[in-house]
Amino acid sequence: MMASSYTAKEEDGHITVSGPGALRSRKPENTAFKQQRLPAWQPILTAGTVLPAFFIIGLLFIPIGIGLFVTSNNIKEFEIDYTGVDASSPCYNCSQSFSWNSSRPCTCSIPFYLEQPYESNVYVYYGLSNFYQNHRRYVKSRDDSQLNGDPKSLMEPSKECEPYAFHENKPIAPCGAIANSMFNDTLELFYNDPNGTKVQILLNTTGIAWWTDKHVKFGNPGRNSPNLTAAFQGTTKPINWRRPVFDLDADEANNGFINEDFIVWMRTAALPTFRKLYRIINKKSGMVPTLPRGNYSLEVVYNYPVRSFEGRKRMILSTISWMGGKNPFLGIAYITVGSVCFFLGVVLLLIHHKCGNRNNNADISN
Amino acid sequence: MLRRRLNRWLGRDERRVDSRSICVGHRSSSNNEAFIPPKFCDNRIVSSKYTVWNFLPKNLFEQFRRIANFYFLIIFLVQVIVDTPTSPVTSGLPLFFVITVTAIKQGYEDWLRHKADNEVNKYPVTVLEQGRRVRKESEKIKVGDVLEVDEDETFPCDLILLQSSRDDDTCFVTTASLDGESNHKTHYTVPDTEKDLESLNATIECEQPQPDLYKFVGRMHIYKTDQEPAMRSLGPENLLLKGSTLKNTQTICGVAIYTGMETKMALNYQGKSQKRSAVEKSINAFLLVYLCILVSKALVCTTLKYVWQNKPGQDEPWYNEKTQREKDTNLYLKMFTDFLSFMVLFNFIIPVSMYVTVEMQKFLGSFFITWDKDFFDPEIKEGALVNTSDLNEELGQVEYVFTDKTGTLTQNNMEFIECCIDGFQYKYQDAGTDLDEFCVTDGPVNKVQHKAGREKEELFLRALCLCHTVQVKESPQQGQGQRDGLMDRVDGLGTDGEGLHPPPQEQRGFIASSPDEVALVKGAMRYGFTFLGFESKTMKILTRDNDVERYELLHVLNFDPVRRRMSVIVRSKSGDTLLFCKGADSSIFPRVRQEEVERIRMNVERNATEGYRTLCVAYKYLNAEEYAQADAGLREARLALQDREEKLMAVYNQVETGMSLIGATAVEDRLQEEAAETMEALQGAGMKVWVLTGDKMETAKSTCYACRLFQRNTELLELTVRTLEDGGRRREERLHELLVEYHKKAVQDAPPVKAGVTRAWSSANHDYGFIIDGATLSMVLNSSSESNSSRYKNLFLQICQNCTSVLCCRMAPLQKAQIVKMVKNSKGSPITLSIGDGANDVSMILEAHVGIGIKGKEGRQAVRNSDYAIPKLKHLKKLLLAHGHLYYVRIAHLVQYFFYKNLCFILPQFLYQFFCGYSQQPLYDAAYLTMYNICFTSMPILAYSLLEQHICMEVLLDNATLYRGIAKNGMLQWGPFFYWTLLGVFHGLLFFFGVRYLFGNPALQDNGQVFGNWSYGTIVFTVLVFTVTLKLALDTRHWTWINHFVIWGSLAFYVFFSFFWGGIIWPFLKQQRLYFVFANMLSSVSAWLVIILLILLSLLPEILLVVFRKPRGPHAGQMKPVHSSAGGHQSPRSSARPLLMRTFSDESNTVI
Repeated sequence: MMASSYTAKEEDGHITVSGPGALRSRKPENTAFKQQRLPAWQPILTAGTVLPAFFIIGLLFIPIGIGLFVTSNNIKEFEIDYTGVDASSPCYNCSQSFSWNSSRPCTCSIPFYLEQPYESNVYVYYGLSNFYQNHRRYVKSRDDSQLNGDPKSLMEPSKECEPYAFHENKPIAPCGAIANSMFNDTLELFYNDPNGTKVQILLNTTGIAWWTDKHVKFGNPGRNSPNLTAAFQGTTKPINWRRPVFDLDADEANNGFINEDFIVWMRTAALPTFRKLYRIINKKSGMVPTLPRGNYSLEVVYNYPVRSFEGRKRMILSTISWMGGKNPFLGIAYITVGSVCFFLGVVLLLIHHKCGNRNNNADISN
Repeated sequence: MLRRRLNRWLGRDERRVDSRSICVGHRSSSNNEAFIPPKFCDNRIVSSKYTVWNFLPKNLFEQFRRIANFYFLIIFLVQVIVDTPTSPVTSGLPLFFVITVTAIKQGYEDWLRHKADNEVNKYPVTVLEQGRRVRKESEKIKVGDVLEVDEDETFPCDLILLQSSRDDDTCFVTTASLDGESNHKTHYTVPDTEKDLESLNATIECEQPQPDLYKFVGRMHIYKTDQEPAMRSLGPENLLLKGSTLKNTQTICGVAIYTGMETKMALNYQGKSQKRSAVEKSINAFLLVYLCILVSKALVCTTLKYVWQNKPGQDEPWYNEKTQREKDTNLYLKMFTDFLSFMVLFNFIIPVSMYVTVEMQKFLGSFFITWDKDFFDPEIKEGALVNTSDLNEELGQVEYVFTDKTGTLTQNNMEFIECCIDGFQYKYQDAGTDLDEFCVTDGPVNKVQHKAGREKEELFLRALCLCHTVQVKESPQQGQGQRDGLMDRVDGLGTDGEGLHPPPQEQRGFIASSPDEVALVKGAMRYGFTFLGFESKTMKILTRDNDVERYELLHVLNFDPVRRRMSVIVRSKSGDTLLFCKGADSSIFPRVRQEEVERIRMNVERNATEGYRTLCVAYKYLNAEEYAQADAGLREARLALQDREEKLMAVYNQVETGMSLIGATAVEDRLQEEAAETMEALQGAGMKVWVLTGDKMETAKSTCYACRLFQRNTELLELTVRTLEDGGRRREERLHELLVEYHKKAVQDAPPVKAGVTRAWSSANHDYGFIIDGATLSMVLNSSSESNSSRYKNLFLQICQNCTSVLCCRMAPLQKAQIVKMVKNSKGSPITLSIGDGANDVSMILEAHVGIGIKGKEGRQAVRNSDYAIPKLKHLKKLLLAHGHLYYVRIAHLVQYFFYKNLCFILPQFLYQFFCGYSQQPLYDAAYLTMYNICFTSMPILAYSLLEQHICMEVLLDNATLYRGIAKNGMLQWGPFFYWTLLGVFHGLLFFFGVRYLFGNPALQDNGQVFGNWSYGTIVFTVLVFTVTLKLALDTRHWTWINHFVIWGSLAFYVFFSFFWGGIIWPFLKQQRLYFVFANMLSSVSAWLVIILLILLSLLPEILLVVFRKPRGPHAGQMKPVHSSAGGHQSPRSSARPLLMRTFSDESNTVI
């Protein structure tokens, strides 16, 4: 356009000493491509061809949508906000008296009642609101090569981690804002047996992160070295952390950079209101429901401040189906689109029928 | 560029010294000792732009002078300097790619130019130096060198012919490579130069170089030891131009006068003015809109960002602290950099790749014109030629066609039809047994079977034999040689189709600059007078009685378009001096005795209305005194250095008076093949055809009737000198009166026609044709009073615009261009097309939006200056109706699609800003951002824009009316643009919010694990790529294997690339954002479902629209009979209910 045509004209102004046109007296080749006669399929969409498509879409989408809707409805989900904004809330005190340096952790316990038994595996999520994990400054504040166990990056974290790269002249491991702000509330669930005993529910800490993340993308420095403490020698913990990275879990396979809580946190959420997988309650063998109907209490070690940015914290219990967590959107969308298609199909058919099959004639294909 | 400008400046400077002096052979004259040899430029031709060392900086500079490239460079620099969301690579890489490709292309072209330059500059030439022949490289020639050139060699610089190997001191030259005229032109040596060049002592005084090929004035002073210095005048006939080739002459010697960049050839290659298509203007307008969108998006985001940050805790929560540097930055500077960052984030809305794709489409697309075998003409063995690829789509937008008559509508293949001698009409009949006898038919003039006197007959035929500049093709060897000279205008052989077998009787090849002359000489030959050729200034003719008569040729008063006649002065054996003159009736009649005129005028006019070209022939005896006077006048005028043309003209006019008219000739110029069909198709396509010709009104009018430009029921509105003089009043008044009257008739009384779809051409009630001639036109355009002038012009234009066809006759070349310009600049600025074949059409070809040259007989000048060249007029139909239509649809769709696909690409990214704290977080990964326009979506649209035939070519050719559907840039108006933009917005919103609601619960995998922001972007991007590609697939009406390959191929490539990109920990990447994101996305059923849903939902309205829109247009109607005859399953009702169908389709149009 305004680009190259300019030069083309400039070149025209120059002298072409031997005109190339003079030599071109050959007859153009009679090939299908050069004559623009390549065999071609020339579909023409008409009411006739599209009508069945509409019906098919309608007939396919409505059942899928119903299936999705039912599946989503069958998923049991329980959500509890434990931020402690209200004075009545058990965690109100903890939320008010928060300080980073307090040596004694603040705990609170929130009772709740499950009206339905949860039969299959139960997934425990924590949810944060108004937390901008997708803020650009936040998203880029990490060093993936450090997290992959690169010893060089361990000692010299990337510039992107600023201002969470060095602390007291020591490199921070793991560096960056994401790691520094890792969710560190501890959530524990207790089942209040009708007979009065309080049974702690076993929460599984593994299987919550992507397999590839845990096994490939993340890796401790010196990968197989038995002594994590030594591997992280010379680094310091992120400022907001209470414990160093090599002390996240007693289990060696879930410690350091490959701690799954850490990996889950490092996958930044798409929206400011999000949930992240925290624990999994595996189904017990036999007919016993994973979580029977009854009274429970959520014991929170309240470490994570959200009130400064008006955030909220939630604990979610959810079962899972083949389509993931509870989300009525897909089902409704499918039912709607399916019905619209079906309706359009009917309308088209009516018009089509009324005016005869006039469009059949225009339906031409090569 | 600079050099040229410098040269021009220097040239102007030099011109102050208005002549240059050259010493022939560098021998300074004895009487001019103080003579300092002036410096002239060397004979090196430099057409290349770059040298090795300046290529890079100069080319880069040139490239970044373009606005688009500069814009992308700025974006790139902003990315480098400011902390922006996307890395500089994302925009640097495409820019680098574009710049590199362009640089390579230009470098290659320049290398070719270097090579060509070298070929010319290193060409060996023979220089005569002190009697020796020295071989030199062409570039070493200096002004004043005496050169020897052999037959079939090209002159290395502009030479003055000193010596020829031919006895008659002439040489033949063809200027085919210069102006394309392949006929042999005769050039003469400077008279009285000595045979021995060694002893020639002379200086040449000539004008400074100027580009006019046909003008040259100079003087040669010859110093002889024993005589006074002689002075000889030099004219164009003595000048041999660089680039022309020596023919029919063994060897010549000449002195170099202009060398290198000062030769007329080099001076003539000035750049053409740039033509830009209407599509480009639309693109630029759309670009501006998108630029506004871009800026407003960035502004909105910046503003909202600072509003949002004002709330406590949002700007810098504890988990996301700023670096020290960020904290220190000035607030306003931060705002500015934020604004720039948003600009960078959204800059993909105007992609570099669009420019590349449009360029590629135009460049590659133009090949289909050159490749089209329908444009191949077996006669000249050539196809179409594309000189510029910028205007392909303009071919589909033409509203006005300006055509030349001679050679364009007609074949310019002359045939002698009849003549009229002394008022008696003679028609040659082939069947006549007696070739020597005239066959006399009774014309309307002469009721009695009677012949003119034998004396008159013979005088007339002698005049035909003598009054011309025809050369006889010499030896039989030469005659055979002409089969390789394809373009040679040799009559009697090739053109009559008898060339293959030897002619039964003595056939002569004639070479002339105009085909009329050959036709006349041939005509005379039929009646027994044969022109035998020249014998050193003597013309030999063979009379009916087989006598050879010799005439000494004294003077040739050359033909020129202003005088419109030419004469010769000859001296017969008996010593009589005769002047024969032939020319257009209008230029002859005032110069002969009036009583003779009346007898012939009717014949001439009758012939003219039959479409023949008429020439009148007159003669006069010159007595000795008269001749002496004329001779002196001519010689004096020829010697003049200044105003030679004017002086010559005055002498010519003086000599050519008081002649007596002998007769008139009629030569037929046959119509081009399918001229009428072509014109009809063009009119059917809604184009208005104007014929601009230099020919007589009657001839042109009959051609128009023959071409069906004027129909029987066409009412002709004539505005010519004749109608002006009818009223017997002053011309001005009459002109005013006629204009007002015609305007009333054609404009005011005509029912208002709807814009765009004009049906005026078909309805008989107001079908007007307009005729104007050159003299009247100049009256209209240059009226005495200023106010009248603009008013007349307006009236004239309005009348013309309401006429189906307009005929402008007696036009000078410049007037043709004036008319084109006037229409071009009229209201609505219609797209104009000029088509012509001769040098006189060049100005209008250059003036019109699209210039078409016909590779006709009048040389190559039109072809060289045209944008497209075709062998025949009939090819214009396919060029416009099929190629032009398709190109327009293709490029219009390409442009709209490009804007659309980038809008729905960037809109989700814009919307995402509302959810990420206006932090310029990109939604898509950098690889996707970069590759989207380069790899994932570029190939399908390119293939579409090259191969699409929404209506197949045959249908387009059969239904000229289809062309109206895209008239007035219909697909690139604001309406369609708004539709596409709306579609883009709809898609963008759908993609973003569809996925947004899905991410209401990010636990989308069946193991409860959650998706993050990169998964979000990848899902949106996947939907985007598929939708955008499938949208194109829906629009594709012509699926060749290439389309299939490219569309499904790029989708497959996207999937493959995503797997690959996410499958490896890339060591060079700082962040492994997409590691296994795509694979995990595919493992989620919900993601699949939402992708399918969103793609379908996006395309649904499109499908609906297509279904409802389909029955409209002539296309479907056209298809119907084709199908019903072919397919067997059509319903019997279908044919019975056409009316109902139509009403339905009309209804649906209004509903949608």
